[in-house]
This record gives sequence, structure tokens and C-alpha cells, in this order.
Amino acid sequence: MYNPATMAALTATRKRELRRALEAIVGAPGVLSDPDELLVYESDGLTLFRALADFVVFPTSAEQVSAVVGLANRERMPFVARGAGTGLSGGCLPAEGGLVLSLMRMNRVLEVDYENHFAVVEPGLVNLHLSWTVGPRGFYYAPDPSSQQACTLGGNIANNSGGPHTLKYGVTTNHVLGLEVVMPDGEIVWLGGRTREASGYDLTGVFVGSEGTFGIATKIVVRILKKPQAVRTVLAVFDQIDQASAAVSAIIARGLVPAAVEMIDQLTIQAVEDAFGCGYPRDAAAALLVELDGLAVGMEAQAARIVEACRDAGAREVRAARDEAERQLLWKGRKSAFGAYGRVSPAYMVMDGVIPRTKLPYVLRRVNEIVAAHGLRVGNVFHAGDGNLHPNILYDPRTPGEEARVVAAGAEIMKLCAEVGGSISGEHGIGLEKSDFMPFIFSAADLALMQRLKNAFNPTGLCNPGKVFPTKKSCVEVGPVAHRPHAIEEKGLAQRF
Amino acid sequence: MAHTIEERAPAPAPAGPLSLHGLSVEGVNQCVHCGLCLASCPTFAELGTEMDSPRGRIFLIKSLAEGRVALTEGTARHLSLCLDCRACETVCPAGVPYGRLIEAAKAAIERERPGGPGRRAFRWLNFGLLLGHPRLLALAAASLRLYQASGLQSLVRASGLVRLLPGTLPAWEALLPAMPAAAGRVPLPPLHPAEGARRARVALLAGCVQSVVFGAHNRATARVLAKNGYEVVVPASQGCCGALNAHGGDHARALEMARRTIAAFEGARAEAVVVNTSGCGAHMKAYGHLLGGDPAWAARARRFAASVRDVAELLAQAPLRGPLAPVPMTVTYHDPCHVVHGQKIRDEPRRLLAQIPELTVVDLAESDWCCGSAGLYNLTEPEMAGRLLRRKVGHVLATGAEAVVTANPGCILQIQQGLAAHGAPVRVLHIVEILDRAYHA
Ligand SMILES: Cc1cc2nc3c(=O)[nH]c(=O)nc-3n(C[C@H](O)[C@H](O)[C@H](O)COP(=O)(O)OP(=O)(O)OC[C@H]3O[C@@H](n4cnc5c(N)ncnc54)[C@H](O)[C@@H]3O)c2cc1C
Ligand code: SF4
Ligand code: SF4
Repeated sequence: MYNPATMAALTATRKRELRRALEAIVGAPGVLSDPDELLVYESDGLTLFRALADFVVFPTSAEQVSAVVGLANRERMPFVARGAGTGLSGGCLPAEGGLVLSLMRMNRVLEVDYENHFAVVEPGLVNLHLSWTVGPRGFYYAPDPSSQQACTLGGNIANNSGGPHTLKYGVTTNHVLGLEVVMPDGEIVWLGGRTREASGYDLTGVFVGSEGTFGIATKIVVRILKKPQAVRTVLAVFDQIDQASAAVSAIIARGLVPAAVEMIDQLTIQAVEDAFGCGYPRDAAAALLVELDGLAVGMEAQAARIVEACRDAGAREVRAARDEAERQLLWKGRKSAFGAYGRVSPAYMVMDGVIPRTKLPYVLRRVNEIVAAHGLRVGNVFHAGDGNLHPNILYDPRTPGEEARVVAAGAEIMKLCAEVGGSISGEHGIGLEKSDFMPFIFSAADLALMQRLKNAFNPTGLCNPGKVFPTKKSCVEVGPVAHRPHAIEEKGLAQRF
Repeated sequence: MAHTIEERAPAPAPAGPLSLHGLSVEGVNQCVHCGLCLASCPTFAELGTEMDSPRGRIFLIKSLAEGRVALTEGTARHLSLCLDCRACETVCPAGVPYGRLIEAAKAAIERERPGGPGRRAFRWLNFGLLLGHPRLLALAAASLRLYQASGLQSLVRASGLVRLLPGTLPAWEALLPAMPAAAGRVPLPPLHPAEGARRARVALLAGCVQSVVFGAHNRATARVLAKNGYEVVVPASQGCCGALNAHGGDHARALEMARRTIAAFEGARAEAVVVNTSGCGAHMKAYGHLLGGDPAWAARARRFAASVRDVAELLAQAPLRGPLAPVPMTVTYHDPCHVVHGQKIRDEPRRLLAQIPELTVVDLAESDWCCGSAGLYNLTEPEMAGRLLRRKVGHVLATGAEAVVTANPGCILQIQQGLAAHGAPVRVLHIVEILDRAYHA
């Protein structure tokens, strides 16, 4: 087993040698080793964690990925894949230094089969760009994380990402048919294939959601869907959060299956309106964005029942988007909500809990109480239809002690989700952020089984170490609450501020 | 200086607002690191390296201001490679004022890393001499015209001598616009009366480079405005607005040019200042911020900035006055960065084009992506400019349009040159030219 504690800091000579070896694989412009450049890669979308790589490399083919991984194994250097770095759990951070493999130069659509409804793409392709590519032929790629304008399919695969339309269409794993993977030992293998019925173990299903710890995907076969014949988007406005929560349950209870049911609270509405003026009423306590899609026949009747459910729950206003432009604008507001918190706070931490839908009113109330008790503010914008919460705790990293309070409040919220029978991650992954909270929802036996599975794929532990599993001794620590220097800090690879 | 990790001891949080070269970069704290801007950045799309993305550059600027990194060659390189196209501002939900941040960073680079003698001379020639002195610019234009008309240009190009020109000069040579003959370079008449019912009196920015190279655009602008009831004055004392200086990091001269411009236009007693070059319009709209720290000028600058209008913005306020003759052509529209991102003008030009009878407008992929012109970028960064130009030309050719309509002389030159290099018979027109044609067909 690879042991991080024994990995000494790289000497200048050794660093030069390694750089030459990497250049031999990917060429000089494909290797970064200047500390100022590496610094830019110290975080992903969650700035609470920072860790420095020794090198960032930019492979352009599976063969290059395989060669780099082979080198890392020979040199016993940890390595981790990085897509767009929009992850919200520190998943792509080089927790123990070593190599970051950026897949941003592998972003082609290799093949589209419109007859059989699938596409073969490289992992660095931006999620939305796939829909743009197949759009003119009437197709799209269904999983639509709110970050879809920037995040990559490789990152989506690793985190099994969801999105607003997950409610009806499922998460990433429901749309992946096959994968070409560079295994942690450098071997190139295919998991699954081009059809839905593959024989043998469902290794594609195992790989999706493994957060970059089972290898590096280099080709991805995804399903593409025909665009729905009709779409209807309804905005419901409430004066009380509880009414909005009740409306969510009422919609589902009436047997309606919307494509998406998103909730957005007042603080978030204000940030989003400042950002793009999307048409959410600023004085509302909460709004629901409900979308129906499918056949045109019967759509109006369904929309009417949604409107009725919202009215019955106490909505003060319910209206349908007039046209595609208004619909796009409402979605733009919803999808840029996290970033829009920059209008009201210099930083935020997104939580990602899942709870039974019926517990929504109770949990939202408790979340607000917990955060307030820590003297902080929280904005909520989330996939209400499937009970996937995103409380966003706002804070200022320049205020001493505030990060520690964020982490403490976050831990309480995760406990709360676990207590009501939910989970600590809906879609953002465990990564570094939540690894220590795994015991909230998994027993020692559960975790041991997962560990055995990981060992089958990644026996040396060199592939994305320090993630997913609770870590008592190694890896990056949650910056603000840790007090003793970590091994990688001692090496000068990471630091806390 | 070599940088080692150990040197980077955690910097004590600097007291007070963050600044670079005396200019505030406090806006970096608005960036929440979400990364939503990444895929909209042309340099990131081309290189895939995050130091060349908006989020990465903001992080570098922040780290510079905090003293976490020094302004090394490498850091300066990534910041210089920024097009200042501000596509990132359009998509950023957090409202990071990116344009201001990069201007501050470029000013710091100019002060601390002015580069070798060649680069300094280039900057002095452009920023110090030509742009500040319209008459010298006219003289330079006349010699250029001679160079082209005498056949010397064809000779230099054909003989391959062009490849022997130093550094960025070959790129520059290729970009030389076809200079109009002297008749095309005569200044605009100082007053253009309105036709029909008079709407307002507006003052036209003749532009420094613009008035010399593209006098025809100015004349077309005046004619089209007159047709729509605007009386157009052209203040004689105006010079360059200072946009290129500000984007290039020459802050001090940019301030001086802004004051001169404001003074020149105040005398015109017009209700609006009309601009047909994107960089100038966006820059003049920001005079309020630029001179905000100067008590003697702040209020005047704000008033002036509020009166600035892009020509399409002004014309789109009301339906175009008829009659408009048919222009049976298929065109596509390229959004100049400082119109679409700098001034958030996206629908207006399209609405104007839609009113021209028999004109078919087809969509251009990545229409709001920089063509690589970006002020003087194509001269200072010819490699990246070339990559972006090839990307743009590819998209234009895919539309099958006969002409590209746009709204900025820099883009026109750049795209024209790209299409010519491809041997593609596609023309590039300013939107006022096509409107003018509809009025005078
Ligand atoms: C504003 C915003 C909104 C978001 N909204 C959503 C949302 O609605 N739903 C949602 O699920 N997530 C959301 N996220 C989180 C994030 O965007 C997703 O997790 C996304 O899938 C990450 O993709 P990425 O390309 O940025 O990956 P990165 O952050 O670069 O990496 C994420 C993980 O993927 C691994 N990885 C990357 N490429 C590969 C590969 N080729 N092979 C193996 N492993 C790989 C990395 O090692 C890392 O563990 C949001 C984030 C932001 C900032
Ligand atoms: S979109 Fe805005 S807030 Fe998000 S990373 Fe880019 S600049 Fe920062
Ligand atoms: S201004 Fe343009 S080139 Fe510069 S960071 Fe923003 S998008 Fe990229």
C-alpha cells in the first residue's frame, strides 16, 4: 500500500527529472510545474479546501493518460483527474500532492449515432456542448447539473451528477452506456458498451459515482434523447416557505410527474435578481419552478392540476412562462443561483443533503435555526422534487473564526439529514468535504465492503487518495478546524489561511 | 526570480481594500470560484489551462494584490493573454467587475514589466504618439496609403520580405487596412441636418483610427442618423477617447484623454454622444468610474458617460423610419465584444437588421466570441489572435452567408483579413453600411 507519510518532498533535481519524463509523454506545453501556475489549481468550486499538485499535465489521448498513469505508478506518485473544477466537495484536489491530469484538452464529440440514440465523447467535453452538438437534429443530453455550461462529462460520471430534471430522467448513471477507462495501474479497458443490455457485471454502474478513485474515464458512451414535443414551465410564488414545501408534496401526491420541481428562497431570489433580473418576485418567501415535458396531448390538463395544487397549498401567484425566452430566463436564474451568492457574500459553502420529501418543512426550519445559531446566513435553492437540499451557508473567509463555524454548522446539517432517514450527499459527491461524515450513514461493515471494492480497482491507493473514506490520519484536513500541520503542509504542498 | 514554495509563507491579510498599482481590485472578492465562466472564455477554450481562464486570472490578480505571488514573467504572460473581451462578465452570476480588474493588472504589468526595447517602442508609438495626435495619425495614414498604392506592399508581400520583418510586425503588416484615397479621408462636415421631423441633436465620435481608416463608416452613420431625424454634430476639437491606452495598461494617459474628450463634447450641447466603434463606446460609458476619484471631474464624467450611445442602441429605440429599399442578401451578424459584453447590446443590431426588406440573417455559431482583434491584441499576441480568427472564419464559412455584418472597425479588419487568407469571397460590413444601403439603394 502506498503510504503518504513516507513520500518525501520532491527535490529540485527530482522535479526536473519528472518534468522531463512527463514532457516526453505529453510535450512541454502539456506540463505545468511553476508554483504560481499550480496555485491556480489549488481548489475546485469549494474554496474551503486547498492542496497543491507537483505537476498538472494535459494529456490528449487515452494512450497519453495511460502513459502518465504508468509513470506515476513507477514513481509512486499519487494522481487525480480534473475536469472543469466545478466540483463542490474537493474531489479533484491532489490531497497528497503528485499529479493532476487535466482532461480539458480531450473534449471532442467522437461519434453520434442518431439511429440508435447514443454519442461517444471524450471526458473533457462540457455537458451543455453535447446538447448543442446534437440539438440541431432534435436531440439532447438529459442530465443537466446547474453547472452544465461549464462542467465536464468526465466530472459528471465521477460524481454521478444530477440536475433539476433528475426527478423524471434520473441521474448520470441512467444515461451512461459504456466507458473506456485507464485503470489505476495504467491499463486501458472498456466497461459496458454501446447498448443498454451488456452482459456480465455492470461495471459501468460501479464506475459511475466512484469519484475518480477507480480510474480515469477517457471515452464515454452516453444516451441522447429526443427533445420532448412540448414543455410547460410554471412559477409559483409563496409568502411562507412551509407553503412551498407543502406544495411540493401536494404535486407528487396527486400523481403528477413533473420533469423538475425546484425551490428557491428569498435570499437566493434576491441574489439571482441582482445578477440577471430573471423575473422572480423579490418579496416572495419562496418560489417553486415546476416543469412538465412530454407529449403535447394532455399537457394543458396536467399544468392546470399543478397550478391547482400550488394554489391549494397557499401560493399567492401561479403563472406559466409565456414563451421560450421567459422560460430560459427563469432557468438561467435557477441555474446561476450558487454563483449569484457572490452578490451578497464573498464565499459560501454548499451543502448537499437528501431527505424524504415529507420531511421538507421540518428540515428547512431546522436548517435555518442551526445556521442562525452559528451566527451565519443561509440561502436555499434545491431540487425539491427529489428531496435533494442545497443549503448554502454564506460566510466571509477574511473574518477570523468564520470558516470554523461554517464547518460546524455544516456537520450539524448533515447529521440532521441522516437522522431523518436521508443521506449526506445527493449529487456533489463525498470528496474531501464529507469523507469524515460517512459514518453518519454507513456502518463499519458497509464501509469495509466499499473499501474492498475500491481495493479491487485501485489497490495501490495512488489514484485520487484521501477521498470518500473517513480519514483519521492522512490527507488534507478541513482547513479551518484542523490544528496540527498535515503531512502535505509539512512538505509545503498545501497551506491553510 | 525563482519562486519556491517555501517562500510563499501565508501572507498576512493586507489591511484595507485590495489594490494593484493604486487601482482597486477589491472586486476579486466577489468571485465565488464557481467556474461557470470557464467555457465562455476564448483563451481557456483554446488552451485548457486555468491560468488562462477568468477564474484563474481573477485568482492570480487576487494573489498578486495579497502578495501571495510576484509579478513574474509567467504570471504577466497569463494576464497579458487575456483579450479583455469581457465574455466572462456576461456570464458571471456574481457580478465580478472583470474589466476593471484586468485593466488594473495590465497597468501593474506595464509599470513593473514594461518588456524589452522593441515592445516599449511599439507602445510609445501607438499610445504615446499616434493615438494622442490625430494629425500624426493622418500623416501615418497617408504614408501607408502610399505604401499600398505604390505597389510596394504587394512587392513586400510577394517577395516574402514580410517574413523578415521583426517580431509582431508581419502580423501587423497583414492587418493593414486598405487605406482609402485622400478623398475618402476628408473630415466629416461639422453639422449634418436632420431629415423629416427632428428627434434630437446628437454628437458623433469620429474616432481617432476610425476617422482615418473608416471615414466611410462615419459618413454612413451620419446619413442614417439624419434619415431617422437626428441632427448630427461632429465636434472639431475631439481626439482619441483613450480606450486603447486604458486596455493596454497606460492609465495616466487614458485619464488625460478622457478629460479632453469630455471637454470637447460638452461644447456640442447634444442630447447624446453617438459611437460606432465598440471599444470606444464601452470605454466612454465607463468614464464615470475612470474619473470617479477626481473631484473636479467626477460629476462631469458621470453625466457624460450617461449620454453615450452605441449607434445601434440609439437607432433601435424606435422603428427605423422608412422607406427602406430591399437589400436581397444573406448575412450573418458577429457581436463585437465591447458591444455585446462591454455594453450588453445584443438584440438591438439584430432588430435593426430584421427591418431591412429581403435581407436574410442567419445565426453565427459563437457569434459573441472574440475574433482576436481585441484592440491591439492581434499585434501583441498574434499567435492566439490567429487561432481565434481561424475559429471565427470557420464559423462564418459554415453559415454560407455572403457577408458578415458587425459593428466595429477592429473586427472588420480582422475578419476581413481572415476571410481573405482563406480566399473566401465573403464581405465584412459595418451595420451602418448596410442600413445606409437600404436608405440609398
Ligand atoms: C454553480 C454550480 C452548480 C452546480 N450544480 C450541480 C447540480 O445541479 N448537480 C450536480 O450534481 N452537481 C452540481 N454541481 C457540482 C459539479 O458541477 C458537478 O459535480 C460536476 O459533475 C463536476 O464536473 P467537473 O468537470 O467540474 O469535475 P471536477 O470538479 O473537475 O471533478 C470532479 C470529480 O470528478 C473526477 N473526474 C473528473 N474527470 C474525470 C474522469 N475523466 N475520469 C474519472 N474521474 C474524473 C475528479 O477526480 C473529481 O473527483 C454544481 C457546481 C457549481 C459550481
Ligand atoms: S463565474 Fe464569476 S464568480 Fe464564478 S468563477 Fe467566474 S468570475 Fe468567479
Ligand atoms: S476577458 Fe475574455 S479572455 Fe479575458 S478572462 Fe474574460 S473571457 Fe477570458
